[in-house]
Amino acid sequence: MKYLVYILKRLVSLIPVLLGISFIVFFLIRLIPGDPAATLLGSHATPDAVRELRNQLGLNQPLWSQYLTFLGHLLTGDLGFSYVYDSPVGGLIGASLPVTIWLLVSGTVFTLLIAVPLAVLAAARRNGILDNIIRTVPIAGLGLPAFWLGIMLILVFGLKLKLFPVAGFGDTLGAHIHGIILPGITIALTLAPILIRSLRASMIDVLSSDYIVTAHAKGISTSRVVLGHALRNAAVSSVTVLGVNIAYLTGSTLVVERVFSLPGIGQQMINSILGRDFPTVQGITLIFAIMVVVVNLLTDVTHAALDPRVKLS
Amino acid sequence: MSAATSVGPVVPAVPGARRRSRGRWNAPLVAGLILFGLIVLCALCAPLLTSYDPIKQDLTNAFLEPGSKGHLLGTDSLGRDVLARLLYGARVDLQVGVLAVISPFVIGSLIGLIAGWFGGWLDAIVGRVVDMVIAFPFLVLVIALVFAMGPGTTSIYTAITLVGWVAYCRIVRGQVLVAKEQEYAMAARASGLPTWRILIRHLLPNVLLQAVVFTMSDIVLTLLAIVTLGFLGLGVPPPTPDWGTMIQEGQQFILDKWYMSTIPGLAVVLTGLALALIADGIVEKANR
Repeated sequence: MKYLVYILKRLVSLIPVLLGISFIVFFLIRLIPGDPAATLLGSHATPDAVRELRNQLGLNQPLWSQYLTFLGHLLTGDLGFSYVYDSPVGGLIGASLPVTIWLLVSGTVFTLLIAVPLAVLAAARRNGILDNIIRTVPIAGLGLPAFWLGIMLILVFGLKLKLFPVAGFGDTLGAHIHGIILPGITIALTLAPILIRSLRASMIDVLSSDYIVTAHAKGISTSRVVLGHALRNAAVSSVTVLGVNIAYLTGSTLVVERVFSLPGIGQQMINSILGRDFPTVQGITLIFAIMVVVVNLLTDVTHAALDPRVKLS
Repeated sequence: MSAATSVGPVVPAVPGARRRSRGRWNAPLVAGLILFGLIVLCALCAPLLTSYDPIKQDLTNAFLEPGSKGHLLGTDSLGRDVLARLLYGARVDLQVGVLAVISPFVIGSLIGLIAGWFGGWLDAIVGRVVDMVIAFPFLVLVIALVFAMGPGTTSIYTAITLVGWVAYCRIVRGQVLVAKEQEYAMAARASGLPTWRILIRHLLPNVLLQAVVFTMSDIVLTLLAIVTLGFLGLGVPPPTPDWGTMIQEGQQFILDKWYMSTIPGLAVVLTGLALALIADGIVEKANR
């Protein structure tokens, strides 16, 4: 019951944030230098066409009324219309969003597969050789550009070893999974360094607490103490770290999709930018922000499920 | 009065500990500073290290392998010397990367300072705006802003400032909330000093450390953003050399000419490593 109340409270607190997001996305079009309609249509547009687009975009109305119209459309699920693709923006996004979600899930799974064992090993043998390696090597990963890493992985595992497809997402479930492995690893290798460091730190914290000493004293094997007793508690704080960084890395899907030619919303956004398709760019920016909000919500909910103290406050 | 100003919130009680903790160098800091120093030196001395013009095309000498006569790192698809483009690219990327961090740092810290100190409705508004901006993935919002404002260095600076200030604002605001309950801050307030003087002279020096530490990792993030913009064709306009553009140009020849993308990528990784080591070193130094 408390858990449900907590989730409801979190949902209500999202309303102002969502309004804010729509506000920023709305103002993107205001940043276009000069007359947005003229800029959107290019230098060859006739004055009539410009005037018509101005009317269509509602640029002649006062700002607050433009925003309310925009918000009204959003609430009814209308994200605008793409002149370049001659189709509603919502449809374009709906077609490409699943690919991006595949990529995010794959990236998260590989991040956990890489980070959790390494962090546990490092913390269990603190200050050993392995710990020192696990502590230092990830620093090099902090400045790793995801797109470059992707190109390198394609070069080695795609082109030279021919283990994975070089580009594309395939049509079957098998092809999807095969095609999403290398992009997922690309994301994981840029995300894992951050998670390893935070999980190692909280593991070390937990391993020195009284209840772990008691567990050792009771004669429970080290592996059970570490994996059974310590990891769960250490995971609590790392869930938040992972959540914050998945939100950040949602942005990296943009370039990773580009490198691997995955037809997700990131790739769609870049294509729309190159095609100066403003409504689509606007719509995808909005969806990216909503994805971050959803990830944050899931993070908090997971955190609350792992740590009963959260719900009470 | 002078005693109140010099006592910060994190000064350890052990006599002499303060000097020791501030004075000692540590391995990551030294390694990072040396590496970063070398990179900056290479960028500054670019005209001395290479005699080639980074934007001059020489189509008869295109696609030369690294180690070719006269071209240590080879040439690209337009016959431009890769080493020259790498060195001049360092100038462009480092300059934009460092400069693009300054205005978010100054603006964010000031807003955080003021919001944290005064609290109330001002703080509430700032908090809401921060929530809005951090809801967007950093890269997505920067790209969307650069797209809206049109390509070019000014757009990049403006976009990164508009998105980047929130991080500094959050860090400094959090520090101010703690610091304003400290005795030195209350003493300054009780002595009737003008508010701006309390904020600038007494509070700011004590709350800025975390923000300065964050600057180092922020330069890494900003550098990555700039290189990514270049890769996507939204960065520093061509033919100005930029590491991201170089990686993108090499990508289409990746199978035969693997080095064209690899070399500028390694330059980014090395620079990122240097800055990450410095950041690590500063944290270690501050925590000891």
